[in-house]
Amino acid sequence: MTGNSVISAENLSLTFETNDGPVHALKDVTLDVRKGDFVSFIGPSGCGKTTFLRCMADLEHPTGGTITVNGVSAAEARMARAYGYVFQAAGLYPWRTIGGNIRLPLEIMGYGKSEQDRRVKEVLELVDLAGFEKKYPWQLSGGMQQRASIARALAFDADILLMDEPFGALDEIVRDHLNEQLLQLWDRTEKTICFVTHSIPEAVYLSTRIVVMSPRPGRISDVIESPLPKERPLDIRDTPEFLEVAHRVRDGLRAGHSYDE
Amino acid sequence: MRNAVPVLTVVAVIFALWYGAAVVLNAPWAYDKAKRADVTLGFSELVADTWSQDKPKLPAPHQVAVEIWNTTGEMIKDGRAFSKRSLIYHAWVTFSSTMLGFLLGTGLGIALAVGIVYNRTMDMSVMPWVIASQTIPILAIAPMIIVVLNAVGISGLLPKAMISMYLSFFPVVVGMVKGLRSPGPMQLDQMRTWNASASQTFWKLRLPSSMPYLFTSLKIAMAASLVGAIVGELPTGAVAGLGARLLTGSYYGQTIQIWSALIMAATLAAVLVGLIGLMQRITLKRMGMAE
Repeated sequence: MTGNSVISAENLSLTFETNDGPVHALKDVTLDVRKGDFVSFIGPSGCGKTTFLRCMADLEHPTGGTITVNGVSAAEARMARAYGYVFQAAGLYPWRTIGGNIRLPLEIMGYGKSEQDRRVKEVLELVDLAGFEKKYPWQLSGGMQQRASIARALAFDADILLMDEPFGALDEIVRDHLNEQLLQLWDRTEKTICFVTHSIPEAVYLSTRIVVMSPRPGRISDVIESPLPKERPLDIRDTPEFLEVAHRVRDGLRAGHSYDE
Repeated sequence: MRNAVPVLTVVAVIFALWYGAAVVLNAPWAYDKAKRADVTLGFSELVADTWSQDKPKLPAPHQVAVEIWNTTGEMIKDGRAFSKRSLIYHAWVTFSSTMLGFLLGTGLGIALAVGIVYNRTMDMSVMPWVIASQTIPILAIAPMIIVVLNAVGISGLLPKAMISMYLSFFPVVVGMVKGLRSPGPMQLDQMRTWNASASQTFWKLRLPSSMPYLFTSLKIAMAASLVGAIVGELPTGAVAGLGARLLTGSYYGQTIQIWSALIMAATLAAVLVGLIGLMQRITLKRMGMAE
C-alpha cells in the first residue's frame, strides 16, 4: 500500500447466498487506487465490476477481506460523505428544478442557503449547464440530465467520484461529447475517479489505469497502466498507442472468458 | 364539445328508462284509484297520473327536480336556506361530518402507512387488522360506535365523523403504503450515499413520490366518508342530515323526499371527489408527475 492510495482493497470477497447455491460476485480482489487516478473497470456482465464499486460506496457489504476509503472503512467514508456516486440513470426528481436537484444533497448535508447557491452555480458551470438552473428535468435531453446528475455528485466537493456506467444509456455521439467533457472536468478538479463501463474505447480513452475483470468468480484478470498523455483530444483514438492499449484490454477480456466456452 | 354528444345520449337514455319505469311501477295505483272512482283510464291519462302521484313507488324525474328546487332554491329566495326543512341545511350537516371524518381518516391512514413502512413489527402486524376492520359490515358496527361514544359523553358531530373515519382510512393506508414504497432501489441507494437520515429520506423522497397514490386514495376515501356519514345518521334517530331525510322519508312513504336526498348526496359526492381531482391535477402538474 502506497502512501497516497485513496481506495485500497485487499483480498476482497463477496458471496451472495441464493437458492441455487452461493454466487461469488467477488473473489480475492486486491487493488490500490491512487490519488488523482482515473480508473476504469471493464468486463462482461457478472464480473463484479459494479459490485466492487458498490463495496467502495458501502452499498454492499463484503463477506471477506478489507476495503478502506481515504484510510477508513467504507462505512465511515460514506458517513463522512467522502465520495459522489453517479448511477446509470440520472434519477433526477421530477418535482425539483435542475438547481433544486443539485441542491438536494447540499440540503441533506446542512449547507447554508448562500453556500448552496454558490455551489449550484459553480457545478452547473463545471458541467456546462449554466443557465439551466430553473429548468425542470423533463425539459432537458438525456445527455443533459446525466450531466446534471454528475453536477449533483460534484456539488458537495468530495474527492472521489464513483461512476457506474453513467453514459451506458446514451447514444454514441452524446457519449463521445460527454467523455471529452468528463476528462476536462477531471483535469480541472483533480478528483479520483472510479468508472465502470463495458465499452473498450471509453475505458481506454478516459483512464490512467484500466482494470479488466472476469466472471465466475468475479476477479481482476489484468491491470493496464495507460501510456497515453493526460492531454487527450478525441482523435487520439486513431493513434497506434491507443489501439495497442485497446488490443490489450480485448485480450484480457478474451482470456477471462476462454475457460467457460 | 365532442364529448357532449355521448354524455347527453346516455343522460337521455337514463331519463327515458326512468320515465318508462315510473309509468310501469306506478300504474297499479293509478288503476286502483280509477277503479274506485269508477272511471276508465286512457293511455295519456294513465301516463299523466303515474307521473304526478303524491307518494309514487318511483317518482318521475321532474317531480324530484321540483322537490329539490322547493327545498333549495326556493328556500334561498325566502332567506331560509338553513331552516330545518331546507335540503341545503341537511346537506351541510352531512357535509361537515363527512369532512371531519375524511380529515381524521386521512390523518389516521397516513400515520398507519408511515408506521407500516418504517416499522417492521407494524408491517407484520397491522395490515391484517386493517383489512379485518373493513370486512365488518358498517351497518352492524355503526350503532355500537354511537352508543359507546355516547356512553363516554361524546355526542353530536364526532360519533358520525368516527364512522366516516372508519371507512375512509382504509384506502389511504393501502394507497400510501404503496406510495411511500414507490421509490426504487436506486433512489434509496442514492440517499444512502449522501448519508441521509430516515426523516430526510421521508420528507425529500418518499413523501413527494407518494403523491399520485395519495390523491387516488383520497378520492375513494372521500366517497367512502360520505357513505359513512349517511350510514351514521341512519341508526341514531338523527334529526338532521341527508341520512335523516332518507329515514324520515321512508317512515312516511315520502319517496320523492328520499329520491331528492339521494340525488343531493350523489351531487355532493361528485363535487367533493371532483374537487380532489382538480387538486390532483394542479399538484401533480406542478410536481412534473402528471401522467
